[in-house]
Amino acid sequence: MALKRQLREKLRHRGGIVYCAIIYGILFLPIAVIVANSFNATDTKPYMSWKGFTFDWYAKLLSDRSLLSSFGNTMVLAITTTIIATVMGTIVAVGMYRYKFRGKGVIDGLLYIPVVIPEIVMGISLLVLFTSIHLPQGMLSLVIAHVTFCLPFVIFNVRARLDGYDQSLEEASMDLGANKLKTFFGVTLPMLAPGIAGGALLSFTLSIDDVVVSFFVNGQTMTFPLKVMQSIKSGVAPDVNALSTLILIATILLVVLTQSKMVPNLVSKLRNRRARTLRSQDCAGTSSVNMKEES
Amino acid sequence: MKLSSHEFRSNTLPAAITVIPAVAWLALFVAIPLVYIVVMSFCSIDEYYNVTFQFTLGNYANLLNPSYVQIYVQSLVIAALSTIICLALGYPFAYLISRTFKEHKVILYMLVIIPFWTNSLIRIYGWRTFLGASGFLNAALMSLHVVNEPVDFLFNQGATILGMTYDLFPFMVLPLYTAIEKLDEAQIEASSDLGAHGLATLFKVVVPQTVSGIFSGCIMVFIPSLGAFYISDILGGGNSDVIGNLIQRQFQSGNNWPLGAALSIILIAITLLLVKVYQCSGGDMESLGV
Amino acid sequence: MVPMSAEPIVQIRNINKFYGDNHVVRDLDLDVLEGEFLTILGSSGSGKTTTLRMVGGFEQPTSGEILLGGENVADREPYERDVNTVFQSYALFPHMTIFDNVAYGLKMRKVPKDEIVRRVTDILALVQLTAFESRRPSQLSGGQMQRVAIARALVNHPKVLLLDEPLGALDLKLRKQMQLELKRLQRKLNITFLYVTHDQEEALTMSDRIGIMHDGVLEQVGVPKDIYEEPANRFVATFIGETNLFDGVISAVGGDIARLTIESGTVLGRCSGLKVGEMAAVSVRPERMRFSTMPVDGFSIEGIAREQVYVGSVLKSMVELPNGQEVRLERLASDPLPADGPVYLYWDPLDARVVQSPDQAVYGAVQTATFL
Repeated sequence: MALKRQLREKLRHRGGIVYCAIIYGILFLPIAVIVANSFNATDTKPYMSWKGFTFDWYAKLLSDRSLLSSFGNTMVLAITTTIIATVMGTIVAVGMYRYKFRGKGVIDGLLYIPVVIPEIVMGISLLVLFTSIHLPQGMLSLVIAHVTFCLPFVIFNVRARLDGYDQSLEEASMDLGANKLKTFFGVTLPMLAPGIAGGALLSFTLSIDDVVVSFFVNGQTMTFPLKVMQSIKSGVAPDVNALSTLILIATILLVVLTQSKMVPNLVSKLRNRRARTLRSQDCAGTSSVNMKEES
Repeated sequence: MKLSSHEFRSNTLPAAITVIPAVAWLALFVAIPLVYIVVMSFCSIDEYYNVTFQFTLGNYANLLNPSYVQIYVQSLVIAALSTIICLALGYPFAYLISRTFKEHKVILYMLVIIPFWTNSLIRIYGWRTFLGASGFLNAALMSLHVVNEPVDFLFNQGATILGMTYDLFPFMVLPLYTAIEKLDEAQIEASSDLGAHGLATLFKVVVPQTVSGIFSGCIMVFIPSLGAFYISDILGGGNSDVIGNLIQRQFQSGNNWPLGAALSIILIAITLLLVKVYQCSGGDMESLGV
Repeated sequence: MVPMSAEPIVQIRNINKFYGDNHVVRDLDLDVLEGEFLTILGSSGSGKTTTLRMVGGFEQPTSGEILLGGENVADREPYERDVNTVFQSYALFPHMTIFDNVAYGLKMRKVPKDEIVRRVTDILALVQLTAFESRRPSQLSGGQMQRVAIARALVNHPKVLLLDEPLGALDLKLRKQMQLELKRLQRKLNITFLYVTHDQEEALTMSDRIGIMHDGVLEQVGVPKDIYEEPANRFVATFIGETNLFDGVISAVGGDIARLTIESGTVLGRCSGLKVGEMAAVSVRPERMRFSTMPVDGFSIEGIAREQVYVGSVLKSMVELPNGQEVRLERLASDPLPADGPVYLYWDPLDARVVQSPDQAVYGAVQTATFL
């Protein structure tokens, strides 16, 4: 009978599940601690022992001006960075793909440096540069720094998408009458969209989480990670935990929304409703028949 | 072979327009700052801690300071151990989620990434809360009467290694996942068909074909862990400094920028060395950005 | 030909396989004789590949036994079985040379090194790939990779060689060449080949015996001639080659000839084991169909010649019956059928085969492959 082997395979399968569960457990452990602590009714530093459930910290969060403004800074920084890096990165990726010129190897080398080099080296090198050209350090220096380390990732993502790209699509577009600019916006860009979106997403993620580079070039501007770092020296007040929990929930919701069928379903439902109303306006007499056909 | 051949148009003007902005940016904010660092490493400081352009090899001589050397060694050991642990734990994990449980691989993959949307500092601090003397783990152990006094989990090298491993785990898993996923299932069956048991198939067929992913993951863990000073600060408490801490100190309290620059050169040198090794073993540079 | 005294080397006994609720292999019984070239022929979804993989050990039957040389191996892993597989995608190890690929199985079995060298060199010579010994799979063409895959499997002298549609990715000319080569190899090495394909012609060319699978059921097993001339049921009759089917009810049986009552009258055909009153169909191959310009005794099939095409040395004609059924004839090139008047169709009853046809409402007046 095939029983023994099936048993072996089942055990192997179970073992695999246990292993993965343990790993995931460890991955989420500190998050659980953070979330738990955001409800922790402790009042003494270093805020580590459990003293009861409360929403107080979420309330305190609303009045913690410095924390909230640091979060605002991080958002502004991340969005600005993403826009600049994505636009610049897409253009140069398309340009490198389309045009032939010498020096592509050099550009590649320049691109790999921010990826591979330790962040601390990036941080201090930019600090040295900014100081010597007397650039005011604050949001401006932060944006410049963030764009610099996000740019390569955008370019890689778009390039990966370009790799499988069929140029005859552009040729067909121009054959049908669209000029180069229209072709770019109408054919090329939509085709690249997943790569651009991937790069933008990565860029955003890297920016909001950056600690090391921001540490050196921020001047007086506080970003959220830096504010957290500051708080850690004095024992993180649970309202930081509260904010982190909220951010986590927001990101999870965002992922679920974009991944699930909810949004496409909603859109198609709205479209159907609109089509139905239009059709019933057209054919007054046969409208009931049409409605039956659609459902 | 692509069906439609890729034609290069050599119109220099459009090429220049698209490429120059980014290239200028990279030159200005990546290449030039590094040049500054190299230059600065040969500079001196005056009594007001300002940098002066007086050529000196003193900074490099300073690097051989025994207390510094001890930290280099400690740093390399911490980085190496973190990398090895990440690989040992990450390889089976990547294999499981990309092949064994491949029907769910998208959600499993996402579950690895989601924790990293909370700020990494916060998560490191979460570990500190958990492992601290008055933290959850100790509280639990004491209430279960496993120990009578809080155990010192923190403020040693082990805690730093834990933090590094934890923080850099996805950077090991992602390239491994990409490499393992590409594997052709038929080859694993063929290996089994030809007489190889599970482990033999693993080491003779699976691992050799995922070597690039392994190297990529190792580099993406080893190099950052040399410089991640905040992890060794928060979890190691100054008892397990890495090179990053040394550098950071020169730019903060130490006020010796040239020395900091020289220390950075060491980091850059190690990085270049590893990348060279990677490239020579056939590594694909593009997969480092994954 | 396989000697009549050949013993079965693989015995598939009452195998059933379910994927969830999907019954992909049903009550399969099949013996593969030692030294024979047996092909399992079927379209995709017929269960043929699943069956092969169960013999190889990559799938496990839900119930039933698989005996290899007399022992039940259903519980064993692929590396514990004395069979080897040639995979559809070749599955060569890209990080190893051709030599190492072929030597892999021998190394696993800890064969001494000099013997490995000898055996690998010999088999590579046999498939004419000696010059490629130290190359990598990425440097080889499809046909060459395929031969490496065959060599890698054969070098281990398995009891049975399992081949999973190995020629599917090759172009037509290469495929025909490889078919003959495989047959030659099999004869020379005298190893049992269990082959799976959906290509009829391939099966007919290479096999000692063919098993037709449909929807998880093994419909018929036999030598190619028998499959073609004596289809066991309607499915086999329509699956292999082209045929014309006339549905009806058996009205009389005498010896091995039966009379069927069909829509337009009665016809005769050869049958065995069927009874009066059974729903059946007469299968007449186009090359056996005859015609006359005058009505024929005992047959009452009348139609108009519609299309006629010369295909080299053969003339293909299509006759349309009043009920819409299209009958196909195939004759060596000669005068076409008269197009101006009725044509009466008939055949030698011994040339026609009566098969069961229970689901006539489903099939209707079906015709097989396209006209050309």
